[in-house]
Amino acid sequence: MRDDLALISRWIPKGARVLDLGCGDGDLLAHLQDDRQVNGYGLEIDQDNIAACFAKGVNVIEQDLDKGLGNFQSDRFDYVVMTQALQAVLRPDSILDEMLRVGREAIITFPNFGHWRVRSYLGFKGRMPVSSALPYEWYDTPNIHLCTVKDFEAHCRERNIRIIERQVVNRHHRSGRLTRAWPNLFGEIAIYRVTL
Amino acid sequence: MPETIPQDSVGLVQPQTLHVDQPLELECGRVLPSYDLVYETYGTLNADASNAVLICHALSGHHHAAGYHSADDPRPGWWDSCIGPGKPIDTNRFFVVCPNNLGGCHGSSGPGSQNPETGQLWGPDFPMMTVKDWVKSQAQLADALGIQRWAAVVGGSLGGMQALQWSMDFPDRLANAVVIAAAPKLSAQNIAFNEVARQSILTDPNFHGGRYYLHDTYPRQGLILARMVGHITYLSDDAMRMKFGRDLRSGRFHFGFDVEFQVESYLRHQGETFSRNFDANTYLLMTKALDYFDPARECDGTLEDALADTRCNFLVMSFNSDWRFSPERSREIVNALVQVGRNVSYAEIDTPKGHDAFLLPIPEYRKLFGAYMGRVAEATSNA
Repeated sequence: MRDDLALISRWIPKGARVLDLGCGDGDLLAHLQDDRQVNGYGLEIDQDNIAACFAKGVNVIEQDLDKGLGNFQSDRFDYVVMTQALQAVLRPDSILDEMLRVGREAIITFPNFGHWRVRSYLGFKGRMPVSSALPYEWYDTPNIHLCTVKDFEAHCRERNIRIIERQVVNRHHRSGRLTRAWPNLFGEIAIYRVTL
Repeated sequence: MPETIPQDSVGLVQPQTLHVDQPLELECGRVLPSYDLVYETYGTLNADASNAVLICHALSGHHHAAGYHSADDPRPGWWDSCIGPGKPIDTNRFFVVCPNNLGGCHGSSGPGSQNPETGQLWGPDFPMMTVKDWVKSQAQLADALGIQRWAAVVGGSLGGMQALQWSMDFPDRLANAVVIAAAPKLSAQNIAFNEVARQSILTDPNFHGGRYYLHDTYPRQGLILARMVGHITYLSDDAMRMKFGRDLRSGRFHFGFDVEFQVESYLRHQGETFSRNFDANTYLLMTKALDYFDPARECDGTLEDALADTRCNFLVMSFNSDWRFSPERSREIVNALVQVGRNVSYAEIDTPKGHDAFLLPIPEYRKLFGAYMGRVAEATSNA
């Protein structure tokens, strides 16, 4: 399992009701089902991923996140998870609001655009950053709403979203002295647990 | 039949008949004292009878879902695209059972069979059937075959409604319900189409109040019209455009009312073929069963209430060009199941083929269907 998923699964207690937005091939939910007996559903649009979820026995619903979560009732879930997709949706602010409407807490991970390598790529090369975390060219990237750790936290303050837990890690999903002291400069992946 | 039977076919199959002497109490209040169910099976039932899959047919379907009846059979069963060795419903792993529903015209008791109490044909006196009644009779078949619990109950369209009804009426007797291109109840528009079909049969001078067999005739024109209007709703606008466009049979206008456009020719052909092979009373009865299906109403509540006591896992699938039972209708089922915390998965297949797509060998559809059924088979062998 991806390291960020392992980090997230530690935050989810046994028997929780979980909605995973953009659940991919269902790795996280399969793990949570086996390990934590969660009642979980994934949303996904890629049919290869959907077939992979079927094969794992993970509940998956074909649904486009950009069309909202209006089909789910308020407070239906304990946790609504979205890993590495916030930057790819049409309206990250709306989806965040929706996550906190249908779930008690939201768990979000995104690539930190404030990382020093990204900054220096743009600063020194004068070109849109391309890296292992952001492997696309400017014209074909699905990442249309990239943000930094600071941007995200400012947004949370504006919307009165409370950050319960934050973990900012490097590309190996480890946190160290540097990522703790200067998360927006040294963190490559930001992981948040938030609530209203 | 093709020159040789394809490797992925179940091959030559034979229908069987179950005679049930136990009276069947029907939703309409009447009782069917005894009845016959004709059915086919494919594959082998395993030792603990845990690998059985029930196939529920749609409006004009029957028990012949896969394989061939004889060496001269021009076509295989109606769902041969999905049932067979290595196909989504893999007969190497599953024991597949497909009955003809009561009220049908392919061998099970129906308007065209004899009323045991009078010795006469039932005709229009055959009791009105509902989806719930069918499920009850299918449970009798399960008992007779020694199947306590289906690995899956599977159906498309009206068949999907039966799968859904199974999950509510016998929650412990199925592990999975596969509900394809269905709806939790018909819309006014759906009922309207059914009513046009019924009226075309009922007003045919050869209908004779449903006792056409006494006059040695049948409402051919009514059946043709009923099927023509039905068939339009099973295809999409795009599918018709791709298949026929505005093509003319002779390449020019004749300024008359004979067949000119290819689409006219096709619809007439479909209607005529259907009228030769289907019973008018059965068509009336089946369309009413569709109209009546409404589990929420049955429990005086919401769809969530109706589904609250279900236990099985659900797979719901729809087709984006299906406007008869659109994806929105399938999503209503999915949303209600999520709300009551049931295990449910949903996929929407991208195809221009309309409602009929559920019968077709569409690669994406077969892949997803197969992935799900593969998991069902694994769970069966681990049980």
